[in-house]
Amino acid sequence: MKITLGGVAAPGSSRLNKTGGWRVFYPEFLHIRCTDCGLCQKLCPEGCIFKADKKNFYADLDYCKGCGICAEECPVHDIEMRPEVR
Amino acid sequence: MMAQVRKTVVLEGSRGVAEAVRLCRPNVIAAYPITPQTHIVENLSQMVADGLLKAENIRVESEHSAASAVLGASAAGARAYTATTSQGFLLMLEVLYNMAGLRLPVVLTAVNRGISAPLTIHNDIQDSLAARDTGFVQLYAEDNQEALDMHIQAFKIAEDHRVLLPVLIGMDGFILTHSFEPVSLPTQEEVDDFLPPYKPVFYLTPKAPLTMGTKTDPEFYTEARYMLHKAQQNARQVIVEVAQEFKKKFGRFSGDLIDTYLMEDAEIIFVSMGSLVSNLRAIAQELRQEGKKVGVLKIRAFRPFPFEEIVRALSGAKIVIVMEKDISLGATGVLAQEIRAAFYGKANVPRLSGFVVGLGGRDVTRETVLKGLRLAQESDHLCTFLDLNPELLEEV
Repeated sequence: MKITLGGVAAPGSSRLNKTGGWRVFYPEFLHIRCTDCGLCQKLCPEGCIFKADKKNFYADLDYCKGCGICAEECPVHDIEMRPEVR
Repeated sequence: MMAQVRKTVVLEGSRGVAEAVRLCRPNVIAAYPITPQTHIVENLSQMVADGLLKAENIRVESEHSAASAVLGASAAGARAYTATTSQGFLLMLEVLYNMAGLRLPVVLTAVNRGISAPLTIHNDIQDSLAARDTGFVQLYAEDNQEALDMHIQAFKIAEDHRVLLPVLIGMDGFILTHSFEPVSLPTQEEVDDFLPPYKPVFYLTPKAPLTMGTKTDPEFYTEARYMLHKAQQNARQVIVEVAQEFKKKFGRFSGDLIDTYLMEDAEIIFVSMGSLVSNLRAIAQELRQEGKKVGVLKIRAFRPFPFEEIVRALSGAKIVIVMEKDISLGATGVLAQEIRAAFYGKANVPRLSGFVVGLGGRDVTRETVLKGLRLAQESDHLCTFLDLNPELLEEV
């Protein structure tokens, strides 16, 4: 890959910017008390929380910046922020 | 149809610039009126209204918007032009970095006026020097003919694919913009021949979408800035080439990166930018008649900065006197700083004095310049305010 003049990029190229590297804490989805309300997914500012199955949400860690909003807002405290160990 | 004939007309400096811009056929103009830049855009909007110029004249609510509008227009492949001064220029500043970073060849007339506070509407060059590190090519005009010619050259420099950078033309407020001088006005045919339509490398179109202004992570940013720096280096050659081509086509040459006057065997050399150079030429001529070996070096391109050309031009001199209408507060005059830097590690370094003059429209008189000459001969000055009036100052 070469840098174009003025940093021009093709549409959709934002996905190449994997912002997960910024993370200090990652969300651990406990899958114990989840009521399937979907607030975590709706409130994620990155739009990187997805639903695999009923009561089964997960974060795409390539893009999750570890902001912790999902864990803060989960009404049943089913998400915990854990320190990222690299 | 009769062939067009080149005319010499007496025009106000601002009108001359407007005529030059018209001849360059910009597609989009957006500007916000501010003294002493107003006459330029006033004339251009009149030309658009009268159907003499087929361009989109976008009315905006601020200089930040004006700059943003021409940035967008240029991104869409248009030839775009704007003009401003002083506070308006400073309001544009954030957008100026983006124009350069996005490699958009916008041409901007930076009418030079002092900056607040205290508020002044009069001339010095502190405003456009604040854009020193934006990535803009910066050229400074000495007189109205040069200002007119420089605009035609500026589009050609900016749009050259080796450069693709915005170009700023510094033009002293009032001293040039509001004075009437005879100027030779090129014909449309000549300008069309000299300046072909702009061919963008990338441009925004719904037919082939792309992203401009992407975010970069640390793994790309350095290279992007390096490319910008390299484009500035390329501009050196292009400015020289364009000045030569202009000379061939129009028969006028007012310097390329620099210009020299009475420099052979000169022992004392004045260095400056903009209209002040004309004052210095007159004084140098007078001093030559008295048998003093005095010359003048004009810095025409401030960015890219012509380090080598300056060193070559000044190396034989005994004393170099930099006269400038700006001050990097807490340091020295900007030009003096850079000329000193150019000489670091070189042999035969001349003595050098830096003088700050003419801030906020104070006239730079013959007496002021001769005082500078006297002081520089006595000792070297790092940064002396040459035309300071001590009677106005309280002892602290």
